[in-house]
Amino acid sequence: MSWRRTRATAGRVLRQLRHDPRTVALLVAVPAVLMGLLAWILRGRDHEFDTFGPQLLGIFPLIVMFLVTSVATLRERTSGTLERLLTMPMGKAEFVLGYGIAFGSAAIVQALVVSGLCFGPYGMTVRGDAWLVVVVAVLDALLGTALGLSVSALATTEFQAVQFMPAFILPQLLLCGIIVQRSGLPGVLHWVSYLLPMSYAVDATQQLSTHAVTAQFDLDLAVVGAFLVVSLALGATTLRRRTP
Amino acid sequence: MIDRPAVPTDPAVHVEHLTVVRGRKRAVDDVSFRLAPGTLVGLLGPSGCGKTTLMRSLVGTQVVASGTIELLGEPAGSPALRDSVGYVTQAPSVYGDLTVQENLSYFATILGASRDSVMRVLADVDLLPHVGSMVGRLSGGERARVSLATALLGSPRLLVLDEPTVGLDPLLRRSLWGLFRRLAAAGTTLLVSSHVMDEAERCQRLLLMREGRILSDTTPDGLLSATGGDDFESAFVALLESGLREGSAPSSGEGEVGP
Ligand SMILES: Nc1ncnc2c1ncn2[C@@H]1O[C@H](COP(=O)(O)OP(=O)(O)OP(=O)(O)O)[C@@H](O)[C@H]1O
Ligand SMILES: [Mg+2]
Repeated sequence: MSWRRTRATAGRVLRQLRHDPRTVALLVAVPAVLMGLLAWILRGRDHEFDTFGPQLLGIFPLIVMFLVTSVATLRERTSGTLERLLTMPMGKAEFVLGYGIAFGSAAIVQALVVSGLCFGPYGMTVRGDAWLVVVVAVLDALLGTALGLSVSALATTEFQAVQFMPAFILPQLLLCGIIVQRSGLPGVLHWVSYLLPMSYAVDATQQLSTHAVTAQFDLDLAVVGAFLVVSLALGATTLRRRTP
Repeated sequence: MIDRPAVPTDPAVHVEHLTVVRGRKRAVDDVSFRLAPGTLVGLLGPSGCGKTTLMRSLVGTQVVASGTIELLGEPAGSPALRDSVGYVTQAPSVYGDLTVQENLSYFATILGASRDSVMRVLADVDLLPHVGSMVGRLSGGERARVSLATALLGSPRLLVLDEPTVGLDPLLRRSLWGLFRRLAAAGTTLLVSSHVMDEAERCQRLLLMREGRILSDTTPDGLLSATGGDDFESAFVALLESGLREGSAPSSGEGEVGP
């Protein structure tokens, strides 16, 4: 592992983002507008934004970062730059971590802006600490990046990469407890929901909306962190120096 | 270990019975050859004959079915080779959304090459006026040269260049072949693929491929005298046709031509 190459890769990805201001604007504006829309829809309903707001605050960045990351790494594959890098002294873990750091920093900015809007003008309140909601949002965005990195190895075309969003993310959205409380899910589905990272991400924000700090919250956060590490590792192992 | 005949120096590239299967096809079919250090070698052949596949096998990005490849005494793809083998892919593989300078600085950091080498390689490929340009807004030939410049970073001892001069004007082609010859004279081994037969005469040695096999391992003069033609285009066509008639690939053996 070389920190020099990891840092160079993160810097390079960020520089690519800087040359593409529209993507950066979309990265921040899309979740910001969506949360505003949600606040507007739920306006006047008793505390509903306080219930749904924090949950979706974690999920929008996850989806956006998942898409951006899987398209970015796919582009790296199809343009031949990944092949070139892997003929150089570039470690797979350095590559994946470089991407994780770059998109992770973008995710931090995104989460800060969006939660700032939610807790400010949109008027969201939680029982627990507001800054913990930001922590969960950042962690979710990082998880989106990591999941994007690990599944992009399965895609060989842009069309496939974009399909992975509905394939990997939407089932989690259905089972994570936003639509139906997880305890109310049919037996098998309830059991399946324990295997999906988004269930823990959403549960963490549910804990924050309704309680001050709980042990359950700490556990949720730890599980999301574990999924993050595992999918980054998976992303590194699915990179192949030799292809058929 | 493979028994080698006594040669003055260890070969820079040593390929034995290499076979690569892509899809259902043998893209490289039982190919063997050696390249002496400091030689400029052309890899020529019709489209689809397996040039890119062979080159990818050398740089260790291709899954091979059988055979052995040693570069600079190490098996192809081994970590020790990653800063001593430069590779230019057929399609320019650089970041279109970064400037020329940003591209090269990034790859230089990955290779552990010095900052000075960025300017040196840009001068080599005549791109200094475009240092600050966005690669995505360069012309096709300019982008190809950014990709080539990347492979020249650091001090590669072996360069594997897949059609590096495609789409370039005659002047630029001449200057790049001059650069390749200077690099070879300084001890770098170069394997350069091309489909422009005129470029054959600029090489010290030629490997002619057809349908995954090495049809002929010769020199520019050898090719002309063997076929009786006086330009490379017709010499190559004559060779291909004789190969087709005989139904099998004649090869002049694995002889090694020194620099
Ligand atoms: N990804 C792939 N999957 C299956 N077959 C492939 C793949 N890439 C190449 N081939 C086949 O392998 C053969 C050799 O291809 P290769 O790219 O090595 O040819 P080439 O000599 O470089 O051609 P060109 O001069 O057009 O670049 C071709 O017949 C091609 O159809
Ligand atoms: Mg090719």
